[in-house]
Amino acid sequence: MSWFRFFHRRRSDAELQQEIDVYLAEETAENIARGVKPEEARRQARVKLGNPRSVRETLWQQNTVSLLDTLGRDLKFATRTLTRTPGFSLIAIAVMALCIGATTSLFTVVRSVLLRPLPFRDPSRLVMVYEHFRDARSNAEGFNYNAVAPADFFDWRAKTHGFQDMAVSRRCQFDLTGERGELPEAVGAGAGSWNLFPLLGVPAAIGRTFTESEDRLDGTSVMLTWSLFERRFAGDASIVGRQIHLDGKPYTVVGVLPKSFTWPEAKMQVWVPYLSGLPPDLLPHHDYHFSLVVARLRPDVSLASALSQVGAVQYRLHMQNLHAPVAEDVAPRNLNDDLARNVKKPLLLLMCAVACMLLIGCLDVANLLVARGAARQKEVAIRGALGARRLTLIRAQLTESLLICLAGGAGGVLLSLAATQWLSSAWKELPSAAGIHVDGVVLGFACAVVFAAALLAGLLPAISSTSKAVFASLQASSRTTSGSLSRATMRKTLLTVEIAVTVVLLIGAGLLLRSFVRLRGADVGCVTDHVLTLDYSLPEKEYGSPQKVNAFNEALLAKLRALPGVRAVALGTVLPGEGNGGDDVFTIKEHPALKPGELLPEALIRGADPGYFSALQIPLLKGRFFTSDDRLERAKKVVISSALARQYFPGEDPLGRTLHVPARKDADFEIVGVVGDTLWQVGKPVLPTMYFPMLDGALEQGGSLAIRTDSDPLAISIPVQKQIASLDPQLVVSNVQTMERAIGDSLGNARFSASLVLIFAGLSLLLASVGLYGVLSYLMTQRTTELGVRMALGAQREQVLRLILFDGLRPAILGLALGSAASAGFTQLIRSMLYDTRPLDPAVYAAVTFTLLMVATLACMIPAWRASRLDPMQALRAE
Amino acid sequence: MGDKSQSSAEMLKGTLDMMILRTLVTGDAHGHTIAKVIERTSEDVLEVEQGSLYPALHRLEDRGWVSSHWGASENNRKAKFYRLTAAGRKQLVRESNRWRQMTRAIGLVMGEQAIGEEAIADGGAR
Repeated sequence: MSWFRFFHRRRSDAELQQEIDVYLAEETAENIARGVKPEEARRQARVKLGNPRSVRETLWQQNTVSLLDTLGRDLKFATRTLTRTPGFSLIAIAVMALCIGATTSLFTVVRSVLLRPLPFRDPSRLVMVYEHFRDARSNAEGFNYNAVAPADFFDWRAKTHGFQDMAVSRRCQFDLTGERGELPEAVGAGAGSWNLFPLLGVPAAIGRTFTESEDRLDGTSVMLTWSLFERRFAGDASIVGRQIHLDGKPYTVVGVLPKSFTWPEAKMQVWVPYLSGLPPDLLPHHDYHFSLVVARLRPDVSLASALSQVGAVQYRLHMQNLHAPVAEDVAPRNLNDDLARNVKKPLLLLMCAVACMLLIGCLDVANLLVARGAARQKEVAIRGALGARRLTLIRAQLTESLLICLAGGAGGVLLSLAATQWLSSAWKELPSAAGIHVDGVVLGFACAVVFAAALLAGLLPAISSTSKAVFASLQASSRTTSGSLSRATMRKTLLTVEIAVTVVLLIGAGLLLRSFVRLRGADVGCVTDHVLTLDYSLPEKEYGSPQKVNAFNEALLAKLRALPGVRAVALGTVLPGEGNGGDDVFTIKEHPALKPGELLPEALIRGADPGYFSALQIPLLKGRFFTSDDRLERAKKVVISSALARQYFPGEDPLGRTLHVPARKDADFEIVGVVGDTLWQVGKPVLPTMYFPMLDGALEQGGSLAIRTDSDPLAISIPVQKQIASLDPQLVVSNVQTMERAIGDSLGNARFSASLVLIFAGLSLLLASVGLYGVLSYLMTQRTTELGVRMALGAQREQVLRLILFDGLRPAILGLALGSAASAGFTQLIRSMLYDTRPLDPAVYAAVTFTLLMVATLACMIPAWRASRLDPMQALRAE
Repeated sequence: MGDKSQSSAEMLKGTLDMMILRTLVTGDAHGHTIAKVIERTSEDVLEVEQGSLYPALHRLEDRGWVSSHWGASENNRKAKFYRLTAAGRKQLVRESNRWRQMTRAIGLVMGEQAIGEEAIADGGAR
């Protein structure tokens, strides 16, 4: 055996032919020389040589690498069989392409988001450290991971030695104004301690990272991310060392971060030192939770022991601040999970859904192959009788399913390229730090899926169609009525499994959809249609006094309210449904002092102008709204939400009571009104809320506008921005969108998991019904003779119809029952993803049952109807 | 690729390979000449089957014991000539040694009674 000869078998065969010819000629010549007649001489030479063909065959065999040869033959054979039935092949390939494509793209996302390490040095030793409240109420709402107060962090870093180092960062936002009259823009920013980048192991691409001396309250160094550097500064490296203006203040660019650094999100475009611009009065507090801590483990210290040191420090802090919300403990989270905290569950759920779909696809192709196997029973039997070994027969059939899966896999990978791109751009919640793209591992995964699918789809039919019983078909008369009962049973089993998995998917999708509809329909507590929202910010330099801020805000409100088409305008700091926006602790002056160990009451804080509540149609329950007289020194008033009144003033009139808020200049605020609750985020429980007068002149540095309009709110966005520009052309306006859109965007996770699972479930239903139809058509063909006999003996058409129909519906109903039972267990796993929907929602179960039965009946009806139309005479004569 | 029933043919093949190599010691030759030479020198006892000659030649070529080239035969026909390589020469020495040992051993087993008795007596003396 030689590789060279294997690939040159034809040439060496020709050579051999020539050698043989020479041999014959020489032998003949010799015979003639001995005096034999030429005719006889040639004959003798041939006799002596024997059969030249067998010589050639022996040599051909000898030169053959048998594995490759048989593989080649199997492939050729399979290709021929597949092209002979293009309809079947195309359907099977399309099914596999769809399933493999969906699986691959989901895996791409899962790998990029959850599995691939971040582009840092030795990322496995990095860990995020959060504060952790032990009490059940916090944990019930999923607040296991609380942002860290700066004072806590400084204590951790100073007093523990378990970690190599700890760094802290926070989010902030700046208005980036142009040096040469470029448009101003709002940029997301991060503020990181000077050791953050060395700790992560991210060197500056140009220039340097921060130094310890730059990390101070009046620090004015800035680093640019690569995207901003390329976009805004045209990739000109001379920017390093020059100044840019953030919120009107000059900052010196010390370096540019590498392109791979988009952590924790691509939105953050500039970085400043952690302390830079931080209000100094925040630093000593242990209850102002707004920072993220990342730590690098020492090689010789385990995570548990490093954490226990930090935990001990934190517990001491907790004991020293019993009334304040200072956590008792700390909790770690790895960096990938930290970024993917919101999408991990939906992603895993989708991965399961897509795996189910892949399973159904494989079963479907297996079913189709079984049907073909039945049609080719005789062929298999003959090949077996002629001496093909069973392994050879199985291999030949597996090659066929492998070919289908390979073609499907190729299509699937192409499909997944498009799908992944769409998914990563449309699903905003997916973290972008790692970059979502197909790589070698993903391709390897796709190959593995292809081979697993080929094995799954091919092995079962191959084994069943080559069993010894098959050879009986050679002896069997053509009039067999119950020819392959076992095969029918197997197909029905496959089908039952297929339908059961489909039912689980359908029920899961139904629950998610119902939950999403509930979320969409959730009452935010205010008007949301025909509302345009936008944010603007006021630079501290130009608007340095409360009077200036108020003057601008009031002038703007007056201008906007005068615009045609505008019904009402609300100005606040945070609008309903648009996020947490911060909270503060307070005490109630009239109430007795808190018992030791009792936590201070806490509420979300909002600023509101006098027109805020009426414009947003938030109902007044008691007292009054703010008036334009509640301003500056006379603004020590607060409007509370109904939830706050219920929670902290049970059976008591809150009006006239006084809230003491340490964070607001340690002042007392008189409660003047109680308003209805609004959701701070759709899908999250209502929190107590305090509203303070917007006209108190506190330097909020901007606000959020909600403009209620008569018609399409987006149509008014340009006039509104023109009005703002007419007051101050330097102002940065951001997040211009309708309120419905803003709230809808916050439901991205729910929307994606619901709609994708629904798509997968729908496709699975389609596949299952195709399977059902296929099985039944096949069974009917098998029973043609039997049906003919029945009809000849007087069976009515309706009876035949019912017979076949129930034959098909039986696996459907069995699968439905199994699937429903399994769903009852599986849906408990997605309980936390459901909003206002029980895992055993009867409406969903009923809808799924109805849909499945309808589709199954439809799929069975066609073959059943065809069976009932059989002409008995023809059926009996058939074959 | 192997088949169990070939095991007896394997030995014959071995001797054929050896004889082909031996034939080629005197000079290059093509298939017909090789077969003729073996038949003549064995006084027509051995008849070389073409069915095994050509596979054997190709096998020897694969193993690098012979090389081949196209040339003109005695009757001026284009024929494939085989030539013994250095490796083939070594192989021939090995094979012929093995063969000599084998024939001697078989000869001992099959030889005169006396040798056998001697051997037994020898064994008894110890």
